[in-house]
Amino acid sequence: MSILAYNGAAIMAMKGKNCVAIAADRRFGVQAQTISTEFEKIFEMGPQLFVGLPGLATDVQTVFQRLKFRLNIYELRENRRIKPKTFMSMVSNLLYERRFGPYFVEPVIAGLDPVTSEPYVASMDLIGCPMETNDFVVSGTCSEQMYGMCESLWEPNLEPDDLFETISQALMNAFDRDAVSGWGAVVYIIEKDKVTKRFLKTRQD
Amino acid sequence: MAFSDMMSYNSMKQPLQDYQAPNQLHFNPYDFNGGTILAIAGEDYALIATDTRLSQGFSIHSHDNPKTYPLSSKTVLGCCGFHGDVLTLTKVISARLQIFEKDHNKQMPTSSVAAMLSTILYYRRFFPYYTHNLVAGLDDDGKGCVYSFDPVGSYEREVFRAKGSASSMLQPLLDNQIGGKNQQGYVAQPLPLERCVTLVKDVFTSAAERDIYTGDSVQISIITKDGIKNERFPLRRD
Repeated sequence: MSILAYNGAAIMAMKGKNCVAIAADRRFGVQAQTISTEFEKIFEMGPQLFVGLPGLATDVQTVFQRLKFRLNIYELRENRRIKPKTFMSMVSNLLYERRFGPYFVEPVIAGLDPVTSEPYVASMDLIGCPMETNDFVVSGTCSEQMYGMCESLWEPNLEPDDLFETISQALMNAFDRDAVSGWGAVVYIIEKDKVTKRFLKTRQD
Repeated sequence: MAFSDMMSYNSMKQPLQDYQAPNQLHFNPYDFNGGTILAIAGEDYALIATDTRLSQGFSIHSHDNPKTYPLSSKTVLGCCGFHGDVLTLTKVISARLQIFEKDHNKQMPTSSVAAMLSTILYYRRFFPYYTHNLVAGLDDDGKGCVYSFDPVGSYEREVFRAKGSASSMLQPLLDNQIGGKNQQGYVAQPLPLERCVTLVKDVFTSAAERDIYTGDSVQISIITKDGIKNERFPLRRD
């Protein structure tokens, strides 16, 4: 079994009309055994910038800490907020430095540009090969299920409320067909002047 | 020559000329030819859909190879996985159905087809047919029914089921749209045929976007008391 699927996770991000959403499950388990249902996999990297880190839980936290450090250095030196695309390069660079002994995480990035408020979503593999899309990105142990749901439910120019419903349904129904992810979910809706964080109650099996 | 000379260090250093480690030849009897099937049971109809692509690795053998096989006027089999086993299995089933029809002077009921398929599959428990199977049709009361099987014959009657290469993409959407999963205040009610057909086209279009083993077109077979009607809908061909 892949070490990427040792703890289990499901994360996706979607673009909407002047908004983006990022959502994740809340399970932390060791193979089939669930340890916690309040595990954080999405991290705030700025007022309108979030990164989701599915994969090996120990690497999730290490990668977050190292990213936060590099981000602080960047913002101290530049004295401005980082652009989502620049942040994506930073994540990619961090992962590729460990090309031959990688961190076992496959990040998802979602945010709005700090100046233009342009929506941005991207994902990458565990050695930092990036993928920017105009619709949605998925990552985690049930990526096939998430692709199936997103491909059917997503449409262009969703309003924030519709985007919330779409991403929630896509995530919940996808991870209900995966044994190692689920057990509750968290959804962030990122708009120009506000970020809404909602917890979803889902089936606990 | 003395024995001690023969066994000296120098003679042992040379490997024996006629000795060769045995090398095991390996034959893999299975292959994977892709394909996705999907069946839904309605109130007075059953629907079974298949894509028409037959592939192997990165190449496409056929754009027109539906993986549903009509067994009688009210039963259709969906069968995909290794095409060699699909051909053999469908041949065995047709033969058994002909024998049944001659013996009993009637067509085998859908529930019996399902029970028979289970035993045919389990008979090969230790060298299985590499096939994912669905049986869709009308039961003895004229209601739609779907039976799903694993490759070794474990089976179950269900309302909807996706099988094959894109099953993991289709099934969660069916859970949501037909099963009413994760919908608050959902009340189960009979699924109209038109909505069912639209949904099938939608999910196959989605699967064809992401699964290279699913595409070309989708064939939908609708089984009612009046017989089997087929419908084609185009999908991505790349």
